[in-house]
Amino acid sequence: MSEKILTRNFDRPDGHSLAVYRETGGYAALEKARAMEPAAIVDEIKKSNLRGLGGAGFPTGMKWSFIPKDHQGPVYLVINADEGEPGTFKDRYLLERDPHALIEGMIIAARAIRAALGFVYIRGEYVEPWRRFSAAVREAYDAGYLGTGFDIVVHRGAGAYICGEETGLISSLEGKKGWPKVKPPFPAIKGAFGAPTIVNNVETIACVPHIINRGAAWFASLGSKTQGGTRLYSVSGRVNRPGVYEESCSITLRELIERAGGVSGSGRLKGVVPGGSSAPILAAHEIDVVMDVDGLRNAGTMAGSAGVIVFDDTVSVPEALMVVARFYAHESCGQCTPCRESTGWIYKMCHRIVDGHGRKDDLDTILDVAKRGAGTTICAFYDGAVGPYISYIEKYRSEFEALCRS
Amino acid sequence: MPKLTIDGQEIEVPAGTNLIEAAKRLGIEIPHYCYHPALSIAGQCRLCMVDIEKTPRPTIACNTQAADGMVVHTQTDRIKETRRSIMEFHLINHPLDCPVCDQAGECWLQIYYMQHGLYESRMTDEKVHKPKAVPLGPHVMLDAERCILCSRCVRFCDEVTHTGELGIFHRGDHSEIGLFPGHDLTNKYSGNVVDICPVGALTDRDFRFQVRVWYLETTKSVCPGCARGCNIDVHVNRRRPHHAEGRRVARLKPRFNDAVNRWWLCDAGRHGYGFVDASSRIVVPVLRRGADTRELAGAEALTALTERVAGVPGAETAIIASPKMANEDLWALQTLAHARGIAQVGFRVPPRAPGDEDEFLIRADKSPNTRGAELMGLDGDVGAMLAAARARRVRCLVVFEHDLFDSALAEADVRGALDAVETLIFIGTNANATSARAHLVLPAAAWVERDGTFTNFEGRVQRFRPALAPLGESRPAWELIGRALEALGNPASATRAEHWFLALAAAVPAFGGMTYQSLGDHGAMAGRAGPA
Repeated sequence: MSEKILTRNFDRPDGHSLAVYRETGGYAALEKARAMEPAAIVDEIKKSNLRGLGGAGFPTGMKWSFIPKDHQGPVYLVINADEGEPGTFKDRYLLERDPHALIEGMIIAARAIRAALGFVYIRGEYVEPWRRFSAAVREAYDAGYLGTGFDIVVHRGAGAYICGEETGLISSLEGKKGWPKVKPPFPAIKGAFGAPTIVNNVETIACVPHIINRGAAWFASLGSKTQGGTRLYSVSGRVNRPGVYEESCSITLRELIERAGGVSGSGRLKGVVPGGSSAPILAAHEIDVVMDVDGLRNAGTMAGSAGVIVFDDTVSVPEALMVVARFYAHESCGQCTPCRESTGWIYKMCHRIVDGHGRKDDLDTILDVAKRGAGTTICAFYDGAVGPYISYIEKYRSEFEALCRS
Repeated sequence: MPKLTIDGQEIEVPAGTNLIEAAKRLGIEIPHYCYHPALSIAGQCRLCMVDIEKTPRPTIACNTQAADGMVVHTQTDRIKETRRSIMEFHLINHPLDCPVCDQAGECWLQIYYMQHGLYESRMTDEKVHKPKAVPLGPHVMLDAERCILCSRCVRFCDEVTHTGELGIFHRGDHSEIGLFPGHDLTNKYSGNVVDICPVGALTDRDFRFQVRVWYLETTKSVCPGCARGCNIDVHVNRRRPHHAEGRRVARLKPRFNDAVNRWWLCDAGRHGYGFVDASSRIVVPVLRRGADTRELAGAEALTALTERVAGVPGAETAIIASPKMANEDLWALQTLAHARGIAQVGFRVPPRAPGDEDEFLIRADKSPNTRGAELMGLDGDVGAMLAAARARRVRCLVVFEHDLFDSALAEADVRGALDAVETLIFIGTNANATSARAHLVLPAAAWVERDGTFTNFEGRVQRFRPALAPLGESRPAWELIGRALEALGNPASATRAEHWFLALAAAVPAFGGMTYQSLGDHGAMAGRAGPA
């Protein structure tokens, strides 16, 4: 087991308070960062190999460096706390149990990108995380960490998955329908309210104080070659001890499942979704894979949000696909045509197959429709939906065919 | 100016030009639904995909600005396959009810399916059902099932009229266009959403179910509804006269003119052609003596007109022309007045209430040719003429188009004047309270039934063309006036409206150098052309 960094205060009942946070070295990184030039902070983050932990795995330091150097006027930092990827529940722990890590990380990140205002967009259903985080923000104001050159606005979402997509989130934050925006322009050039904006995930920013405190080299050494640090894996489904596990990015999927107590149910593994519902499924024989961004990409899937969903061999993959397809049909924002139309269509076909009215050519139709739509949309939502559509059918085709009468 | 290559052809375009517009300049059409040059880029329909060299995936052309050295392909196998896929996505939940859809024949789903789709339908599941035949406002009907959610109508109401009545509600394939609570689509330009709707989702309540669009014929024209002079196409139904209860003008559509109305037309103008086929149209010349009326046949009307004009000295004749008349009519009239020594010629009859006006297209002056009348110097004082009539100094009064009773003139003054004159001649398209008192009524052809030009408030001289034959015995005003001139011994060689226009161009410097050819489809500014 690796050293607890992000979760070091999770087991203390008052771990979310400012007092405990300070006691365990909190806000020391901020002192240090205040003595650093913004460019030096960005450099340090680049060297740490910190990669975005919300889903895309984009190098964080590089993202920060996209803010135009000569920009006059406001720059915003936006925290994506709209954790909605099925199978993912790590950000809620950070918001509830270590909110000051996010606040301190935000203040440091804001210094790096020269932002005076940060928004934290919290998923609407996350009531307790919102209360805890808001209380921590008040503590930080009272203690003078906030309100002295940097402010935080806490904004609650209204329950749409698409608002976790960075430009959908920005639209929603701006008071509009949560529709992703056509790119270019990218948020770092023209984001929230038309100003250069960096959108980072909660966990990503919670790593920042530790990097500043203990150095980029230390952080990089915790993880794999191309991804520094530990990360929070949300392990759910058929495991004996589901929960959030902080592990090095270099852990393998097999080790992670063991850490979570091994496969429950029948005890026999059928497959694992390694990075939230949008990640293509891995079959039982594919789990000796390193759980970092590149390891999973090379295995044909993705690290995504590190939401690990374990299927034992009693799980019906067609039924699982129907549930996932219903989710994507329900959550497609409807803005652009391929996603709007085909998520609904594919759900209908999946539903029909599970209902026993499927035809074998439905499977080829789903695969063809999924492949045709992939890569044609404004945002990555549909590409995410395509992950399960294709991988579930290609890897478990016989299970689907067994349900099809004709 | 970036220079790029599209399908092997090089072109230089202004910086900021997107690939759809750049390709258009080369005559290459990149199919699209959501893109409209007047609206912001939505990038939603995903149909305008093109291949750009050194770009891994197909890219939407609408949101890509031309760049120097860019090499674009619009006809690769990958792009053709992508278009086919996008067309399938657009159509899986579409009801395919073309046989009962008013858009059929001018529907971009039909056109692009034939050009880029042509796949075998694979959709066997129940389609999504949505509201149908929903009135959004006085002029627009929504069929949400036909809608492809391109959001053009929403962006029009947000960005052009700034009224924001429409939104897209719900998510995924349940998304639908709708009104925000408490709103109706009542802005003054609502009909434009029907024009920009690429499919049959938004239809014009006035036009729907009247006639199939493939029976319509199109003529370039100018809206006579106000002094703006919006460019329009007149769509007439001559081939199926039994459709639409005999209505010959099926609809008016805006015609692009960057200097006047761009793509747009107001609802009042769009639906303002009812008078053309109204029952109030004057279709035969009528002679009235007290309670006796007699319809005149053939040459009788001309004789009646010339006798009356010749019977009164010019000094005792007054003419109230109309700013709804064409430049050609007004110049013929000016010529007649000159020949007969008629000094009292005016056209300004004050409206009873000030006209509606806004900061976009609609002008308070509801006449299309006030500026033309001004440039020809027809500016006599109508009030003074009526006073002279009451004082029996005017014995013959000729009124074009106006209903003097429906104006800001005191009713008693009008009545006194009309009662006092020996002869009241009315020439116009439709009957009114003034024509009802006239001793001689001559039917004039409506603007869609003839050639001519209007000069808009800015001085832009614009042509309109005949879409229909004149109704009944009606004739263009210039023709009636010209014949009278001839009968009075002033041989005029004008046998076409164009001749009068050339005469005007030769005589009035503001029109100098203009010809119908030089006006073209988009008109020309008065006083700018110089001598021919």
